Amino acid sequence: MTTNTADTTHEKQHGMSDAGYIRIAIILAAITGLEVSTYYVDFGVLFLPALLIMMVIKFVMVVSYFMHLKFDNKMFSFLFYAGLVLAIGVYAAFLATFKFFIQ
Amino acid sequence: MAIIERPAPTLPTIVTPTTTYGVLKRPVSATGWRSWVFTVDHKKLGIMYGAAAMFFFIVGGVEALLIRLQLAAPNGKVLNADLYNQMFTMHATTMVFLFVMPMAAGFANYFVPLQIGARDVAFPRLNAFGFWAFLFGGIFLNLAWFLGGAADGGWFMYAPNSGPVFSPTNGVDFWALGLQITGIASLTGAINLIITVLNMRAPGMSLMRMPIFTWMITVVQFLLLFAIPVITVALFLLSFQRNFGAQFFDVAAGADPLLWQHLFWIFGHPEVYVLILPSFGIVSEVLPVFSRKPLFGYPFVVFSGAAIGFVGWGVWAHHMFASGLGPVSVAVFSLTTMAIAVPTGVKIINWTLTMWGGKLWFTTAMKFAIGLIVLFTVGGLSGVTHAVAPSDTQQTDTYYIVAHFHYVLFGGAVLGIFSGFYYWWPKVFGKLLNEKLGSWNFWLMVIGLNLTFGPMHILGLQGQPRRMYQWTEARAGEGFFNFAFWNLVASIGSFILAVGILLFLINVVITARNPQKAPLDPWNARSLEWMTTNPPKEHNFDVIPTVHHLDDFFHQKYEEDAATHTMTQVRTAEEIMAEQERNADKHIHMPSPSYWPIVLAFGLPVITMGLIYSLLISVIGGVVVLFAAYGWALESSTAPDSDFENSAPGSGLDKVAANHD
Amino acid sequence: MTDVTHGHASSTGISNVKLGMWAFLGSECLLFGGLISTYMLYRGRVSGGPRPSQIFDIPFTSVSSFVLLMSSLTMVLAVSAAHKDDDRKTNLWLTVTALLGATFVGGQVYEFTAFYKEGLGFSTSLFGSSFYTLTGFHGVHVTVGIIMLMSLVGILKRSSVPGKKAEVVEMIGLYWHFVDIVWIIIFTLVYLIPV
Repeated sequence: MTTNTADTTHEKQHGMSDAGYIRIAIILAAITGLEVSTYYVDFGVLFLPALLIMMVIKFVMVVSYFMHLKFDNKMFSFLFYAGLVLAIGVYAAFLATFKFFIQ
Repeated sequence: MAIIERPAPTLPTIVTPTTTYGVLKRPVSATGWRSWVFTVDHKKLGIMYGAAAMFFFIVGGVEALLIRLQLAAPNGKVLNADLYNQMFTMHATTMVFLFVMPMAAGFANYFVPLQIGARDVAFPRLNAFGFWAFLFGGIFLNLAWFLGGAADGGWFMYAPNSGPVFSPTNGVDFWALGLQITGIASLTGAINLIITVLNMRAPGMSLMRMPIFTWMITVVQFLLLFAIPVITVALFLLSFQRNFGAQFFDVAAGADPLLWQHLFWIFGHPEVYVLILPSFGIVSEVLPVFSRKPLFGYPFVVFSGAAIGFVGWGVWAHHMFASGLGPVSVAVFSLTTMAIAVPTGVKIINWTLTMWGGKLWFTTAMKFAIGLIVLFTVGGLSGVTHAVAPSDTQQTDTYYIVAHFHYVLFGGAVLGIFSGFYYWWPKVFGKLLNEKLGSWNFWLMVIGLNLTFGPMHILGLQGQPRRMYQWTEARAGEGFFNFAFWNLVASIGSFILAVGILLFLINVVITARNPQKAPLDPWNARSLEWMTTNPPKEHNFDVIPTVHHLDDFFHQKYEEDAATHTMTQVRTAEEIMAEQERNADKHIHMPSPSYWPIVLAFGLPVITMGLIYSLLISVIGGVVVLFAAYGWALESSTAPDSDFENSAPGSGLDKVAANHD
Repeated sequence: MTDVTHGHASSTGISNVKLGMWAFLGSECLLFGGLISTYMLYRGRVSGGPRPSQIFDIPFTSVSSFVLLMSSLTMVLAVSAAHKDDDRKTNLWLTVTALLGATFVGGQVYEFTAFYKEGLGFSTSLFGSSFYTLTGFHGVHVTVGIIMLMSLVGILKRSSVPGKKAEVVEMIGLYWHFVDIVWIIIFTLVYLIPV
């Protein structure tokens, strides 16, 4: 985890140094803590949106940084996000037919 | 870099193979049954897919004929109700999963690498695994016939009817578990072909220079990649219900039967595009060749195929219009279903315009292709009537629906497959199928299929329900539209159809016995798979082509005069091949045969057998799978040089050694 | 020794195996999506048995979620070490990742046993069946991941893995992270949103 030039080019190639990954992990831990706090603290009407947003942020962070998708060829993103978007679309429609989203 | 020259096929390849686990030697035969069982060559696998699929076509066909015998007359006595249920379930399951899909996989495996100028697929061992998993899965499914009765809940196996209470025999378990195995085969095949098309195209072969067949296969693989997991979920839920007491489909516990229906049809609708798009691809190859004109509107045909693949995800509940979804859902899905007719219509127009003004050559392949356009359109028209939800409420679960899907599947998918047979047979087997017999084959099939499925429109609208093992005089009705006459016509038609198919099989046998070899390029074709020997060499191309055009092979043979836009032939296929051989790549390394794919595939039905009978058997299967997985992972995909050194004198491998660095 | 599957001269310039893994992960979205949707549909149908809000131990599950999340960090450190050709560190981080994963699975086993004792069996209710199926599938995926991690450690010690080492570590890493992000979704949708 030195900061010589070899590491910098290495960083450019692979996106992040070990220190960077640890930073991401700390952010993820903090968000997790915030998620868990919803169990103890009353968020009121913000409860559901806050949880869902935090879930999405963690998801995207792990995918983009730990799984390196942000720095890699766009083809990988296409393959993965095609599946993800299709899954969300199809299963949301499925649940909608059961009136799941209507309170 | 390791470089191995493959010895010429006439020389026996006796080598000292590498060992895995320090004990087991790698298979290296180039001849004999071992060269088929352990092969990773996409061409051999394609042939095996085709042969297995053909076998299951006959099995499914016999099942169909038994159904038609039962329904030919009132109060049929050929099959009792229980056996009838098994028959229509297995007929459909076999035709969909064990015939059309693997036949398309056979064509895809053989021709996609050739069409993109590659020497094999991205993951050759995975390819072999996929074939064996399909074969073992298909056999496993059909074992139920001998082990207490086949699955009997209809090919879409609605729960709770398919649950333990109403389907107590093992049949449904064999069905669910067998389809899990074939599902794994489809999923791995999809990953393989997608990466092959993305990553292994010859230089200059951009996506918009790929043949339409390869494009359609690519769309199909994406459909499979995303649809197979959905039915996987459904099958697991069903198996857990049946074998471990889960509550998923137990209405008393609050379950909703629509759960199964949704999950099945979210898979099931993309599945029908999986069934038809390969044939659309085949026809898009055949029509230009035998119209002696390029395909009209290539980009439109590509994008409409992609559009079908995409929009196809939004229509599934049109299979559920009468299930109590509610008016909002029904309206939405009715609209989306109407939308999907559009891209298919675009294709039909483009095919027709391809033929318009062309110099048509009515070979058997061309006849089957034209047959698809006409008969698929008939099926498509009835499909449009189903999209209108109110009219579908009358049509659903009647023979009108049976008519629709048999026109699109038989008149569409199957005719396309037969077109592919007649078109590509000379390339694969080096002989031309007999055209005269082919003509009889075609006409008997067309007449047979129209006589069989045409009347079903009438029968359906007159009220004959699906999946009823008998009809009675009392229900037969009177006048022109009575059941008796039209059921008899349909049954007679089915036997005419069977004779037509028999003629194809006879044609295959006669051709095999005919010593006359086919020319390299009998049809004056357009795409790269024809720029090979008959059959192609193991490494496909002596020189990997550099592609400059769509239909590059055609453009190598013909030059266009800039002023008059006429095409003049400047080279024959034979001349092109001779030039390639003169410039052949000296060092070609091909992936090596392997035991692990078939061994791993074999472990799967052992696991599933154990889930039905005894968990100890499953454990054994699991050990086999693990053992094979590790063997596979530890083995390199190409045998290293050392496999070909220190060879027995006179084995011909001195030539091989001479090519080493 | 190179072989045909590792992208030298591929149309896109990227690795076949990596493309294959991402395609597979794309398809897994549909698998877990189906299981999650089934759970969401049935989570309130308890047949008189325990409800989610009655039975979940959020503090406990929070800890095991944190453990799994940190295993993603150790996994990425393993990949980083592999790219630097540091075999010792690679094996160290792979082993730690496997241990954290095993801790998670151990936590799941403990949790399920507790639930079972409190009256939530697989057949008790629709909630029970869908909960155990969803989390069970996830748990099996984690277990397969642990087996792959330990196998990789074993193979790396022998230095005989075919193909490029760093890429194999990266591929298993992708699988491992995917299993983690599925849990990110499950933790929120199943545990934190009370029913």
